[in-house]
Amino acid sequence: MKLLVPVKRVLDYNVKPRVKADGTGVDLANVKMSMNPFDEIAVEEAIRLKEKGAATEIVAVSIGPAKAQETLRTALAMGADRAILVQSDDEVEPLAVAKILAKIAEEEQPGMIILGKQAIDDDSNQVGQMLGALLGWGQGTFASKVEVEGDSVSVTREVDGGLETVKLKTPAIVTTDLRLNEPRYATLPNIMKAKSKPLATKSPADYGVDTAPRLTVLKVTEPSKRQAGVKVGSVDELIAKIKETGVIG
Amino acid sequence: MIALVWVEHEDGAVKDATLATVTAAAKLGEVHALVAGAGVGSVAEAAAKIAGVTKVHVADDSAYDHALAENVAPLVAGIVSDHCDYFVAPATTTGKNIAPRVAALLDVMQVSDILSVEDADTFTRPIYAGNAIATVKSGDTKKVLTVRTTAFAKADKEGGNGVVEPVSGPGDAGLSSFVGADIAHSERPELTSAKIIVSGGRAFGSSDQFHALLEPLADKLGAAVGASRAAVDAGYAPNDYQVGQTGKIVAPELYVAVGISGAIQHLAGMKDSKTIVAINKDEDAPIFQVADIGLVGDLFKLVPELTEKL
Repeated sequence: MKLLVPVKRVLDYNVKPRVKADGTGVDLANVKMSMNPFDEIAVEEAIRLKEKGAATEIVAVSIGPAKAQETLRTALAMGADRAILVQSDDEVEPLAVAKILAKIAEEEQPGMIILGKQAIDDDSNQVGQMLGALLGWGQGTFASKVEVEGDSVSVTREVDGGLETVKLKTPAIVTTDLRLNEPRYATLPNIMKAKSKPLATKSPADYGVDTAPRLTVLKVTEPSKRQAGVKVGSVDELIAKIKETGVIG
Repeated sequence: MIALVWVEHEDGAVKDATLATVTAAAKLGEVHALVAGAGVGSVAEAAAKIAGVTKVHVADDSAYDHALAENVAPLVAGIVSDHCDYFVAPATTTGKNIAPRVAALLDVMQVSDILSVEDADTFTRPIYAGNAIATVKSGDTKKVLTVRTTAFAKADKEGGNGVVEPVSGPGDAGLSSFVGADIAHSERPELTSAKIIVSGGRAFGSSDQFHALLEPLADKLGAAVGASRAAVDAGYAPNDYQVGQTGKIVAPELYVAVGISGAIQHLAGMKDSKTIVAINKDEDAPIFQVADIGLVGDLFKLVPELTEKL
């Protein structure tokens, strides 16, 4: 089966985000950007399924600015076969992303779409589920294990109390959780090879999707700062301080 | 305005996450509740008693057991488009699984993990692992929200007098089936609703030491046990112990972080705790920047001493 893997270019997870002084958003000028960590896990899982013979082709897709090409090249260097960039300079909300991906899925007819469970910038955790609804496919969200069995896929999910396993008819949607796998690093020869792999550039209009936002961000502010704390020198002092808070007797 | 609340339940009882969601929904208008599952009569009765709930829609059908999103989402979307203005679910793994599927069926954008209701269509929510708070206004007529349960007080379990009404939906979509679950059982309080949490990181060095040192301390304090991602990845604790951006978001009265450096992803899950205590041998660890009370030293000495002296 063919696999579709959507990836997003986000602020690198090690960078501490700075809120712009005018409250319009987070400052993304001259900061390191990377592939969303959950999407790296999605790409890795797709490659492993291909290595096991369960998948034949991996198509990486990104919706975003021209620079999202770099993110797609990373996916290609990890092992994806080709890429599609749907270029848009405006922020595209999860619902519109899901609509574009649904159109691509109709064109490409993948057996499975593997996405990250959430992007670490907007922390929405929506696209995979929305895509499931739009395509009328089953969804295995927060996956920590994925096993393809003929025309179905068994997905072990990380849920609040532990783990849960569901069986989905393919085609299906899977969203990845952190413990699904450990993504590989792209090697230098593979980075070079990735430069010649096909990358098609499209626009949301090519898919007839209106990307006008439904949500308006009125302002973005810093979270309230915590008061500076105190350091104590011994366990006795620690216990005395905790007792002052009244939480323990 | 009517807000439909997703009732999260387990073993015939309403879970606490639902109560915080009712509080958020009450700020939007009249509160209706939806109880879905097989043999959920007692859950429906309990939901009707929650203060503020005026109506409980009960979908008693095996198709809705285990809250499979493929089956539940069309049911919810049907009720919302006929009767309600909002669908409000707790931002638990169940709520996060179902709500976006509902939103797409209704062709609306979801507002995830809200921290506050500013007015009928304006909400605040954390972005960038809680390093920024966005105020967003929804232009959609029907609205789908998930609620950060630690940001809202729990509604009273008693005092409501809701009308219980059966409802039916499209049933089994035939896309998915439940195979099984492996739920970790614990005598300790549940992490997301515990008053006190004792949490451990990679510095414990092994699963044995994690359990041998942290659990007696937790038991002494009547606390739930949490863990950093590093401790979970190293296999010291099961993954449902994980506190952070990708694990659980907690806000207890007392959070004791032992051997946790305090990466931004971990802080995202606990920095709204009322009092934070940090025990770490590295005095420059970022955890000390958010800790109210810090103690620098070797956890292998300090934790047993603390447990003994409490």
